[in-house]
Amino acid sequence: MEILVASGIGVLTMVGLYLVLSRHSFPVIIGTTFLSYAVNLFLFAMGRLSIDKAPIITKGVTDYTDPLPQALVLTAIVISFGMTALVVVLALRGFLETGTERLENGEAHRRARARKAERR
Amino acid sequence: MQLALIALFPLAGAVLPLIAIRAGRNACTFVTAAVSSIALLILLANAPAVFGGATVRSGTDWVPALGLSFRFFLDGLGLFFATMILVIGLLVIVYSRFYLDRDDPMGRFFAFLLLFQGAMLGIVTSDNILLLVVFWELTSLSSFLLIGYWSHLPEGRQGARMALIVTGGGGLLLMAGMLLLGQAAGSYELTEVLQRGDAIKASPLYVPILLLVLGAAFTKSAQFPFHFWLPHAMAAPTPVSAYLHSATMVKAGVFLLARLWPVLSGTELWFAIVATTGLVTMLIGAWIALFKDDLKGILAHSTVSHLGLMTMLLGFGTRTAVIACMFHILNHATFKASLFMSAGIVDHETGTRSLRKLGGLARLMPISAVLALIAAASMAGVPLFNGFLSKEMMLEAAAETSVFGSVWIVPAAATLGALLSVAYSARFAVSTYLGRPRAALTKHPHDPPFGMWAPVAALVIPVVAIGLAPQLIAGAVVERTALAVVGAATLDFHPLAIWHGFTGPLLMSGIALAGGLALLLLHTPLETLRHALPRPDAKAMFDAVIAASVRAARWSIRRLHNDSLPRYLAVITLTILAVGSAGFVTGRHDAGLRAMLPVNLPAAVAWILLIAASVAVMLFHVHRLLTLILSSVVGLIVSLTFMQFSAPDLALTQISVEVVTVILLLLALNLLPKITPAEPRLGRKLRDVALAGGGGLGAAALAYAVMTRDLGSISDFYLAESKPSGGGTNVVNVILVDFRGFDTFGEIIVLCIAALVIYALLSSALEGAAARRLDAMRQRNDSADAHPLVLVVAARVLLPLAITVGVYIFLRGHNQPGGGFIAGLVVATAIIMQFMASGYAWSAEQRRIDGHRLLGAGVLIAAATGIGALLFGHPFLTSSFVYVPVPLIGDVELATAILFDIGVFLTVVGTVVLSLSQISRVERRAKRTPAPVGPSDIPLVPRAPLQPRPAAPSAQEG
Repeated sequence: MEILVASGIGVLTMVGLYLVLSRHSFPVIIGTTFLSYAVNLFLFAMGRLSIDKAPIITKGVTDYTDPLPQALVLTAIVISFGMTALVVVLALRGFLETGTERLENGEAHRRARARKAERR
Repeated sequence: MQLALIALFPLAGAVLPLIAIRAGRNACTFVTAAVSSIALLILLANAPAVFGGATVRSGTDWVPALGLSFRFFLDGLGLFFATMILVIGLLVIVYSRFYLDRDDPMGRFFAFLLLFQGAMLGIVTSDNILLLVVFWELTSLSSFLLIGYWSHLPEGRQGARMALIVTGGGGLLLMAGMLLLGQAAGSYELTEVLQRGDAIKASPLYVPILLLVLGAAFTKSAQFPFHFWLPHAMAAPTPVSAYLHSATMVKAGVFLLARLWPVLSGTELWFAIVATTGLVTMLIGAWIALFKDDLKGILAHSTVSHLGLMTMLLGFGTRTAVIACMFHILNHATFKASLFMSAGIVDHETGTRSLRKLGGLARLMPISAVLALIAAASMAGVPLFNGFLSKEMMLEAAAETSVFGSVWIVPAAATLGALLSVAYSARFAVSTYLGRPRAALTKHPHDPPFGMWAPVAALVIPVVAIGLAPQLIAGAVVERTALAVVGAATLDFHPLAIWHGFTGPLLMSGIALAGGLALLLLHTPLETLRHALPRPDAKAMFDAVIAASVRAARWSIRRLHNDSLPRYLAVITLTILAVGSAGFVTGRHDAGLRAMLPVNLPAAVAWILLIAASVAVMLFHVHRLLTLILSSVVGLIVSLTFMQFSAPDLALTQISVEVVTVILLLLALNLLPKITPAEPRLGRKLRDVALAGGGGLGAAALAYAVMTRDLGSISDFYLAESKPSGGGTNVVNVILVDFRGFDTFGEIIVLCIAALVIYALLSSALEGAAARRLDAMRQRNDSADAHPLVLVVAARVLLPLAITVGVYIFLRGHNQPGGGFIAGLVVATAIIMQFMASGYAWSAEQRRIDGHRLLGAGVLIAAATGIGALLFGHPFLTSSFVYVPVPLIGDVELATAILFDIGVFLTVVGTVVLSLSQISRVERRAKRTPAPVGPSDIPLVPRAPLQPRPAAPSAQEG
């Protein structure tokens, strides 16, 4: 089971990073949600995996899974929603304002800027 | 008496001149002088104890973990410098009152001056070496402000910048040096560091400490090769030069050398660097001073030369040399400050400071001329003035010093320095005050007002008095100061005297006086010689270095900061990968021993789905809608994973967040392009795949390595205490609302901020370029069926159901999976569904409370719960609970944590509703269909064919 979870985390990280490196904003947003999945699972896995040991105190049961990473991840999930929402809106406003979603300027534009900086 | 006040009084009092200037220039001067006087009184109240041989200490801890304390101490050396700073400060304040023009902002000048004075006093009284660094940097900053006081003059700005760069850079060296010194000594308290000289000299850190501290002292005290900033700082108003560049700031470096003398001196390295630098600086400074035509230029280079002399004396490392150095500091402060003030008087009265134009002023302004001539004689080392005595002692110390087996080199060089000093002093005096004017002056010079020459007189009196009766006036002070420097209980102190008989030093003095006057006659041929010699221009070199570093900074910024987010992220990813790989390669790679869980069929299926969906996203991510669907599949599997591994709360949270996120992204996608342009360059694709693959591999390996090792956790505490002290059986929820409630409180505030930023970003999106683009979309984005009937009805039916479910989830949260976060998301989803089904306008009309209120109420309720605990004498956010017996149902638990959870719930609802409703509001602008007028947009009769919209809707809706 650990191999499945670890490889899953790895694949999610890979997709997240790949999309985050993209040149347009929407894939970057999807990339951050993938990275959030990966990071949340990773944090959760720090409490180790266990099955049917939910941290709900029950009479006669003494063996529970670690509740602390769960509490941390729970807030992390909600916060990553807040972050995603913010980034989406930033991207949306940027697109509406400029008409483009590109996250970098072209080579020509860059060279022009560099020349300007030289002259200064 | 609290010693801290000596430094803090001027620092805090720096605001007073800014206020007092409204009452006039005299009031402003009076207030400033009063601040200094009070500090002086506090200081002098401690003087009897210091002269009794005690070291006065006071202060308190500041950041003990860093070794930083707020402690001050006063011994002979500190008292000597502090008195000098305050007394000359007072004289400079009086002098400035008459020197500054009516147009000069006097309040600002005195504020800067007091800031500087406080910082200087801090240096000489700090007991903690880190505190000393803080004050040291403060002097650099405040002197920057003072030198650049006439900020309309380019020389003022450039000189200030140069001084700041050189002395501020020295401050950084000092910080590094002091940190090492504290480590080597095992304490950051100066009084303790001074006791551990032997341990420090034996430490392997001694050489770096010495080099760093000397770097700081040499930059501050303008020692070769850092001497170039001081002449450029002469662009400052003359009172600033008189104060900073004769008596105080430039002496801070000498002070530092004296302060750390017991700890650092006495080694060959110390002698080699300090004595040599001092000697070279003394000669170079004096040589250049001889050829300057600007009065202040002569004085600046003379100061450089005299500072070199002091540094050289400390470098000798003998006790006689220390006594000579302390005596010379006192004498130099008196004659140099008065000479600077005299130069200011000349400038003020004649409008020029050039020796080529001046001359014969003795007849026009007799009082100032007499004062200046006395001071200049003292600078030259003429007998019966104080400069003669300390120069004699310097020559004596030099005569006892031999280098490279020769007893001649140092004495000869010292005599040469004295000779040059005689020459430039004589040139200064003769060319300004004697003879006849060399050029027609625009003004008719006469003696300045009393207030302007009185401070000069006050400094010239000790010049003469010490010169005539040295032991009576200065003997005790010099002895006490030298005792403090060497850190000994007794000192072989010979009473200061004018006449020692016919000795070597007297002969050297005689040679210097005669030679100096002879040199003056040879001034013209010497000047030709000087022009023939190479004269490196320090300012040009400095400017070249600065320009080169600016170019290097620009170049690296262009490389790194090239307007490309992908590039930045790639660099960051690569760095993380490199650091991780380095750690991995150098670490151990034992296999973990923890037993693994067996794989079951549903898990395997889910894993395959996850991998398939992820890979599909990577391949087809240009199709955005498809990507969204695939990513929600992944989200679903993630929440199933939480379910599988005993985390029901996480599973619930993840799935409800997933729903909200997908809705959000769908709303956004409606306005964004549906297709991402494909990346055309293969190389870039490969680079991204390689980086992403490396990152994924690293994350997987790390997760695997951790999961196969056993865990030592602090969670047993939470499991054991959840029910007894938190009152709930769902440990995760109890942690969130109770044990770590403060964290959660912070989280909901972050959510709030995100929601408000979203609101701010979109509330202005209906104007300007964004609005035009939305209008353009409206014509393209035609959809015949904006609000399908099935969806509208389903959403209406779902709303009360979803709210009921939300309330249920909320109420059981403390004991069963659930809680404020999840309930909030469920209820928010139900509300958002109404937006989706019926449009923004309809929902906005139906809603009675808006997102802002929900957010505010949520945070306030959570905070009130926390503060409630304070009222009962418990820490913030302590929860309490009672069991209330209710007939038929049994005991019902009432916990304050529930209230806190209500706050969380409201904030989550508010965040989601506010952000999504903002997006729908913007979206509406792009929609084709007119806003419905009725309570529902389900038309009872078929609508007439589309009519042109009357006008754009107002931006104020909602």
